[in-house]
Parts: sequence; structure tokens; C-alpha cells
Amino acid sequence: MTPLLKVENISKFYGHRIGCKDVNFDLYPGEVMGIVGESGSGKSTLLNCLAGHLNPETGEVLFEMRDGAMRDTVTMSEPERRMLSRTDWAFVHQHARDGLRMNVSAGGNVGERLMAVGARHYGNIRENAIDWLGRVEISDTRVDDRPSQFSGGMQQRLQIARNLVTGPRLVFMDEPTGGLDVSVQARLLDLLRGLVREMGLSAIIVTHDLAVVRLLADRLMVMKDGHVVETGLTDQVLDDPQHAYTQLLVSSVLQV
Amino acid sequence: MIEIKNLSKTFTLHNQGGVIIPVMQGAELTVAPGKCVALTGASGAGKSTLMRMIYGNYLSAGGSILVGGVDVVTAEPREIMALRREVLGYVSQFLRVVPRVPTLDVVADPLLAVGVDSDTARDRARDLLARLNIPERLWSLSPTSFSGGEQQRVNIARGFAHTYPAMLLDEPTASLDAVNRETVLSLIEEAKAGGAAIIGIFHDEAARDRVCDREIDVSVYTPNVTKGAA
Repeated sequence: MTPLLKVENISKFYGHRIGCKDVNFDLYPGEVMGIVGESGSGKSTLLNCLAGHLNPETGEVLFEMRDGAMRDTVTMSEPERRMLSRTDWAFVHQHARDGLRMNVSAGGNVGERLMAVGARHYGNIRENAIDWLGRVEISDTRVDDRPSQFSGGMQQRLQIARNLVTGPRLVFMDEPTGGLDVSVQARLLDLLRGLVREMGLSAIIVTHDLAVVRLLADRLMVMKDGHVVETGLTDQVLDDPQHAYTQLLVSSVLQV
Repeated sequence: MIEIKNLSKTFTLHNQGGVIIPVMQGAELTVAPGKCVALTGASGAGKSTLMRMIYGNYLSAGGSILVGGVDVVTAEPREIMALRREVLGYVSQFLRVVPRVPTLDVVADPLLAVGVDSDTARDRARDLLARLNIPERLWSLSPTSFSGGEQQRVNIARGFAHTYPAMLLDEPTASLDAVNRETVLSLIEEAKAGGAAIIGIFHDEAARDRVCDREIDVSVYTPNVTKGAA
């Protein structure tokens, strides 16, 4: 099996402060990797470098295109990268309003991404949008409502539907359950887990919630001050952390 | 099926003065298909530690653990994930699930993960839940609200849903009544008859004598001095 994504020596600086430094990893098809660390550890910077939202100073992000060739997404042209982010990639933002068009109906939000990849038949687009709203547990009676009329949890589910409707192969998630009620979180986690398995998605999830990565991620990367301090199987990193910082992080979690 | 050689383990507590605790040295263990080996030794001897090392939860310091030809000590995360999906089952003492997921789906989950179709997986799950006396009216509810004993039986049903060629059982009969204990023991016997290599921790001596072919006292692998390093 060949990796879907090969990340080599990615570094990003803000002036002379370190965003993230010398990050290397391979992600294989179907794998879900979690990135954890406290705020300011560089995890979101790294995610944004991988997803093409930020330009890293050094390094390569090699992605396996549909023809099997590995292409460096850092150096590819902007139109090519935009095409990727509309088709094979998806990005789920922490705040749903960053990933949604708030003045367009729920159905329109999902349909827009389909139109961006060439769908033109209104009936098919609407049908597809309703199907996806159903999969993320939004009733078809809400298809013509705007996301601003939705609750936070519903907005987040709508954002996920909008992202997954084009059948991406790699999903980036930035704190997908952050800021949601625990009951809504549980529902979202269950949904994400089901979709990841069903669609065979690979995903990179940034979060500071260790319970979320335990349930969703196969493997874990722990960051501190822009550096990767520990990587490994999720259970192993959480049950038998090796690095001083990871030990501190794991032992600081409040028991419920 | 399971072959452990010269296995060692230390814990380093960075946030408690960098204390290094050696907990295991030179552990050796081989389990053939269809056999069950019991781990014995006093509390703290390292029974659960050894089991977690085999499952890959704990990182070994040295040696090798071959399960179905994969060395857990050096394997990549994705190789361990595949091993856990297909080959190596683990019935822990505690049930850990995504909240809100119905019991039936919790039990069917390991089968869906190996690509069994949903109807077959649910039939098998229903069968196991019925054998373990979980009332049918509870199947559509999440096990998070169940009693301790019920959760443990759901955990066992989940652990035995897929027929793994290798299994780890951590106190599978603890806190079960006589009827359910009998069911669990027959599930273990069926797994053995099907060729599974099993390593178990049983505080229940009668259960141990009935299903285990051999006992290994892990305290012989415990280094007897605990050295502190400042």
C-alpha cells in the first residue's frame, strides 16, 4: 500500500517565531490521525499548511492524485490546488460559519460544492443535497432554510454534509466538536465515525480533546511549541505516554 | 500463534522526578492455536501490563511479541490497527464506546469493521446478546446507562462477535452470576475449539482450571528491586 499523503520537513515561521518545525509523517488510505497539543502548539498552523491555506517556508506535502502520481501541493498552481480542495479534499472548520455560506439555503450550501465540480441538473443536485442532509440527520423540511436559522450542532453537521458530498479522499478537521454541547458532540462523533468507515476516508483531526481522538483517531501526533514530541498508536500514546509533555497532558485530564 | 521472546518494559515518570521503574524483564511465552494460557501472580506482578503490551497499548522496551507473524513491538500503527481488526481480540474489564450508539451496533461493530454485511453482523450480535441474557428491550439503547454487570456482558459479546485467531481476556468472568459465567466459559471453550490462541487473567480459580491448559506466573519476570533515579 502506498501513502495517500507524504509530509516532509514542513516548517512555518511567523517572523522569527516558530509556527511548526520539521514535521514529517505519512498518512495511508483509510487512516485517521489526530494532532493534539495545547493552544499555541502549532497544530492548527500545521493543518493549514497541509490544506494549502498557509504557505510553509520549507518542505513538501505530497498527495496521491487520482492517476496515482504523487504531487507536491505546496508548489502546485493555485487553480490546481483549488480544484483539489473542491474535489479530493475537505476542510471542516471549528466554527461552522467559516465553512458555510450563511446567506444561502442549507440545500444550496451542499449543492454549491456539487456545482463546483460540474453538476448542472437542478433536480439531481437537490435530490443529492436532500440525501446528504438526511445522512447528517437534518430533516428534508429544513432544506430551504438558511444556516443562520440552525443551531450550532446542526450548522456543524451541515458543514460536514457540504464537505463530504463530493466524495473527498482526505478530510482535514480543525476542532470539529469544539464549542458544542457534550450531547451534540457525542452525536457528531458517532456520525463522523460512521462516515469515515463507510466512505473509507482518510482524515487529519486537530483537537485538544483527548477523548475525541481516542474515539476517532487510529494514531496520534503530539505537538508542543511547534515541534512534534511524540507519535504513535492512539491508545499507546494515551495509555503509555513516553514524552514528559505527553505524560503531563494525559495526567491533566479531569476524570468524569 | 502468539510468541513472546525476551520481553522487557520500563516506565519513566518524567513529571515525578524522572523515576524509572523496571516492571518486566526477559518474559517468554508461547501460545499455540487452540490453547489457553492463564497469567497468574499477585496484584502488581504485571499481568495486565503484559496483556497491554501484547495488544500494543503499552510500548515495550525490548524483545519481541509475534502475533500471527506481526511483531507488535516494532509494527507501525496501521499494522497494529489491522492486527486488532482481523487477528487479535481483547476483552478488557471496562466497556469503552461512543455515547448514543445502540447496544446492538456496539456488538456488531467488530464484524462491520472486517467487512461482514450488516444483516449477518446484527444476527450474530443478537445471538450473542441473547446468550448473555441481555434483555431484548435494551438492545436499542446505548450501554452507557447499563449496570456494571450488563456493561461487562455487552463487552464480552462485542469481544466474541468476530472469531479472532488470538484473544486476550482480562477477567472475563469477574462479577458475573453463575448462569452468565457458564455462558462465558462456553464461549471461551468454543473459541478454543475453533483454534483461537488465548491468554487470560482469571481470579476465578475454578474457571481458570476449566478453560486453561497452562499457567504462567508473571512475577518471575518482575525485577525484584525498584530503583529510583533522581
